[in-house]
Amino acid sequence: MKHLETVNGSDNWLTTKLTSLVNWAVNQSRANSLWPMPFGTACCAIEFMATAASRFDLARFGMERQAFSPRQSDVLICAGRLPFKLAPVIRRIYDQMPQPKWVISMGACASTGGIFDNYAMVQGIDTVVPVDVYVPGCPPRPEGLLYGILMLHKKIKGEDLFDPTLRVEHLLDDTGLRLPPEQIDEISEPFGNSVQQFRSA
Amino acid sequence: MNPSAPALQATFGNAIGRVVEARGETIVTVAKGAVRDVLRWLRDTTGQEYNYLVDVTAVEYRDRERALEVVWNLRSLGSRQDLRIKVELAPRGELEVPSVTDLWAGANWLEREVFDMFGVRFTGHPDLRRILMWETYAEGYPLRKDFPLRGRFSRSEQVRQALNVNPEGHYSLEELAIAESYDELPAEMRDRLARGQRDRIPNSE
Repeated sequence: MKHLETVNGSDNWLTTKLTSLVNWAVNQSRANSLWPMPFGTACCAIEFMATAASRFDLARFGMERQAFSPRQSDVLICAGRLPFKLAPVIRRIYDQMPQPKWVISMGACASTGGIFDNYAMVQGIDTVVPVDVYVPGCPPRPEGLLYGILMLHKKIKGEDLFDPTLRVEHLLDDTGLRLPPEQIDEISEPFGNSVQQFRSA
Repeated sequence: MNPSAPALQATFGNAIGRVVEARGETIVTVAKGAVRDVLRWLRDTTGQEYNYLVDVTAVEYRDRERALEVVWNLRSLGSRQDLRIKVELAPRGELEVPSVTDLWAGANWLEREVFDMFGVRFTGHPDLRRILMWETYAEGYPLRKDFPLRGRFSRSEQVRQALNVNPEGHYSLEELAIAESYDELPAEMRDRLARGQRDRIPNSE
């Protein structure tokens, strides 16, 4: 009992809110066990594989389990350019993932269309699904992707669980688009990604 | 010079146009009406036996006066000879050539690709659908010279149309019908399909 009295008599008190404690506990666990859904379409996928393999070892960041199954995954990693023909596919995969979910756009093509400013290529996957982290590079080195994943960890740890807007499912509306058409046209312009600063999530 | 070129000239006469040798490769231009007979002759005649259709493709030149060419790359696996057959079409006219799917079954997808990219119609093709772009793609034929690099529609319209496509729509009706009615197939056929056994490829002889 002497011990307890010492504590009671001490000045070293810390008060906190229960919500902060819950936020901390849940976000910490979410961030440290992200299950990726790899969506590899091009050379970025090779770098992704290198990232997942033993030298760089994605498992160190709690991504041991590569889902390849949208219903068992938390983060969609689009590694490579997205042709228009794959746009409905990635949209369906994204819709199938349960909340909470995040998206990493890996590489120049996934983020902006890259060198493929042509009739066949989506000019940035954020015209199709919302993106949390953009990883630049052509392709990014594994360190780049790992840095992007750490950025996502940081973002997740800063999330507020009690924010009602955060986990709302935004399905495609009547227009069949995720964003207003003018905005899609604008960010699809050449260099639209660097001129349009509203791109970051 | 590939010996098949003079043999073609001797057999088909006026139907054979220019014969060019470029970097060791022989290119024979053929009249549109005769191309099927020429290709069949090249495949079946003893001493020719071009039994492998390497590729079917097309070329449109920047010079608007020049013809659009449909190209068949042939190879004889026996005599190790290559031969290139070309047909010239007016780029703004009717783009139509006969299909050779009954001569080489492998021509099926190659011709679909030329149709998809250039809009060349292959008469007699059993299933002439787009193959690279989706079937409802409405912007035209991407590899034609009058096609703008970024496509004809605005980016938002392109995204909207792409998102409205049903991904399963890329399969032919036959492929979907087989998948859906698999259980209704005769037991013997299911067994063959399960073992990966296929019937003789049609029209291959």
